Amino acid sequence: MIALGALTLTACSGGAGGGTTGTEGSGPITIWYSNNEQEVAWGKQMVEAWNTANPDQKITGQEIPAGKSSEEVIGAAITAGNAPCLIYNTAPSAVGQFEKQGGLVDLSSFDGGAKYIEDRSGDLASQYTNTDGDYFQMPWKSNPVVVFYNKDVFEKAGLDPENPKLSTYDDFLATSKALVEKGGVDYAINPAPTSEFFQTQFDFYPLYAAESGGKQIVEDGKATFADQAGYDVADFWATMYKDGYSGQEQYQGDAFADGKAAMAIVGPWAVSVYKDVNWGAVPVPTKEAKDASEIYTFSDAKNIGLYSACENRATAWDVLKFSTSEEQDGKLLELTGQMPLRANLQETYPDYFEANPAYQQFGDQASRTVEVPPGPNTVQELQALRDAYSSSVIFGKEDPKTALDEAAAKIDEIAKQP
Amino acid sequence: MSTATARRAGVTLPPGGGMRHRIFGRNPLGLLFSAPYLVFVILIFAYPLGYAVWIAFHDFFFAAPGAQVDRPFVGLENFVTALTDPAVLRSFVNVGIFLVINVPLTVVLSMLLATALNRVVHLRAFLRVAFYVPYVSASVAVVAVWLFLFNGGGLVNSILGPLAPDPSWLINSAWAMPTIAIFVTWKQLGFYILLYLSALQNVPKELYESASTDGAGAVRQFWSVTVPGVRPATVLVLLVSTITGANLFTEPYLLTGGGGPDGASASPVLLMYQKGLQQGQPDVASAIGVVLVIGVLIIAFIQNRLVGRED
Repeated sequence: MIALGALTLTACSGGAGGGTTGTEGSGPITIWYSNNEQEVAWGKQMVEAWNTANPDQKITGQEIPAGKSSEEVIGAAITAGNAPCLIYNTAPSAVGQFEKQGGLVDLSSFDGGAKYIEDRSGDLASQYTNTDGDYFQMPWKSNPVVVFYNKDVFEKAGLDPENPKLSTYDDFLATSKALVEKGGVDYAINPAPTSEFFQTQFDFYPLYAAESGGKQIVEDGKATFADQAGYDVADFWATMYKDGYSGQEQYQGDAFADGKAAMAIVGPWAVSVYKDVNWGAVPVPTKEAKDASEIYTFSDAKNIGLYSACENRATAWDVLKFSTSEEQDGKLLELTGQMPLRANLQETYPDYFEANPAYQQFGDQASRTVEVPPGPNTVQELQALRDAYSSSVIFGKEDPKTALDEAAAKIDEIAKQP
Repeated sequence: MSTATARRAGVTLPPGGGMRHRIFGRNPLGLLFSAPYLVFVILIFAYPLGYAVWIAFHDFFFAAPGAQVDRPFVGLENFVTALTDPAVLRSFVNVGIFLVINVPLTVVLSMLLATALNRVVHLRAFLRVAFYVPYVSASVAVVAVWLFLFNGGGLVNSILGPLAPDPSWLINSAWAMPTIAIFVTWKQLGFYILLYLSALQNVPKELYESASTDGAGAVRQFWSVTVPGVRPATVLVLLVSTITGANLFTEPYLLTGGGGPDGASASPVLLMYQKGLQQGQPDVASAIGVVLVIGVLIIAFIQNRLVGRED
């Protein structure tokens, strides 16, 4: 009864007030940014730089309020009509729902809006349109995921830490066997085996993106993963779990940092986090060896949304452009190590990548990323895939191929929902 | 109450006071004192509950203020969607397993421990606080401790050695829900012990003395004096533990990583959270909630008939 009440209290707040329409309005605005130390530093300097140059259109910046997830906080703010103008932590998986709720402003409706986005992000931008080709999110930054490995553990297991054999599934399995048997770790790699919809993005999805040559799991309203690439990825992970190279039980803490797992699938944020680990990085594996320059991975992007409760939308759009300018993207790279979703990233910031070679691989990988499918049902689709994956691949209760086929049929139905 | 009836009852009403008396009762000030709670109940429980029922019968999703949204009446469609979803049906079975373990265990343990604590002379305050601490501790912190206790290489499995289940407790389809039920029983026990302790203060000491005179031992006294003496508290414990148990969310969310393994510990409220807040289907979530409320009401009715009939 309490839960039912909570659900409806969120609903009760709808129906009052009213957002402005159009793309006009100048004056002060509020923005939210993520609460991690690096992004707070970037957000503060961006706000300060803007406010100094635009004293009549000041930004009030604050960290996104705490909640179970940013998406739930933003969803509640949309319903209550008190979302800020810009949120620099908008997950692509939630954008379709926010758009359906009437919570987002179509950025294509600003004069030159679509062109600005496409000029900045190049071909990558196309993954961030809705099904009508409109931009309800500004592609901002990605965290392309790769495989981090602990060189010390590899050495202990008698493996070459500078040239690890991790490019194919067979190599990865053989290496995993050696790591568990001789490397002194509990697991070769330990992706979270829990049931949350987003966990798919860090085990199945990156490998499927690589194996399929850059396919989204749903394209044109149809699930794509029930194909040979999907079956191969599922079989690979099923073997990892069956042979005990990955754990079925959630680990309290960070298994890679704690030396319990020899590898992890992570984005560039990991460079600053794993300072105490002697790490190396390679692209995610594929069934047959591929050149690194052909390998796609999951983007783990966070974007910027302009929310419909915003009254001073012209200012918000100007701030959005200012904060994604070449200068501010450079600051983002410098302060957070996350990759601005910008075409020719490495050519634009050659000095940064030269001074920070650890990020070069991420800079290169950033041009080959795959996003979650667009639409209002993305989370439902990801949850359906996660449930099938969990049952068949992690816990081995059914054949992975059958489970993927069933999940694909279910997702085809979900994708038809308005 | 008419004026004539009032006169028969020995109450003299001022002229013209009949209507006021009918509306505001004999002590109008009482209404004023109870108004804050009444407003609270209406705003926080009654209105949202009614609104949830309305949502369950409509095609509904959360929308921004001012957004033009069509919310047509869809009859039982949301209920059909919910009740034909195997994951939802399984969650009801899961919470049924939970209640079958949790509720009797809560009643028995809290009654026994309260009786024991009532007789303890030394360390009484310490022991009462010790049982109460888990109840007031944040679930997140306590869950972390239990994860360390019950994971594959945890303390419990180390003690059990070869007797430990494989797969381990929290990733074992058969053991995940019972483990959660035991966890919740332990965590909530302090509160129910407190209820029983207060009920025990109302059991007349003379009854124990009479029973003792008649030759009843400690066990006989417990069955014949304590158990009937705290019956009102037992009804309350049954109802409250059933209602809180049916609202199970935090433990499957944190302890088993979102209702795992493979949905074996997913509860209806966890699915309401997933569907209503994560997946943008508050209408289906409300339908699950309405079914859950009806189920809890039926169980509560049966419990009251069976245990509370003398009251």
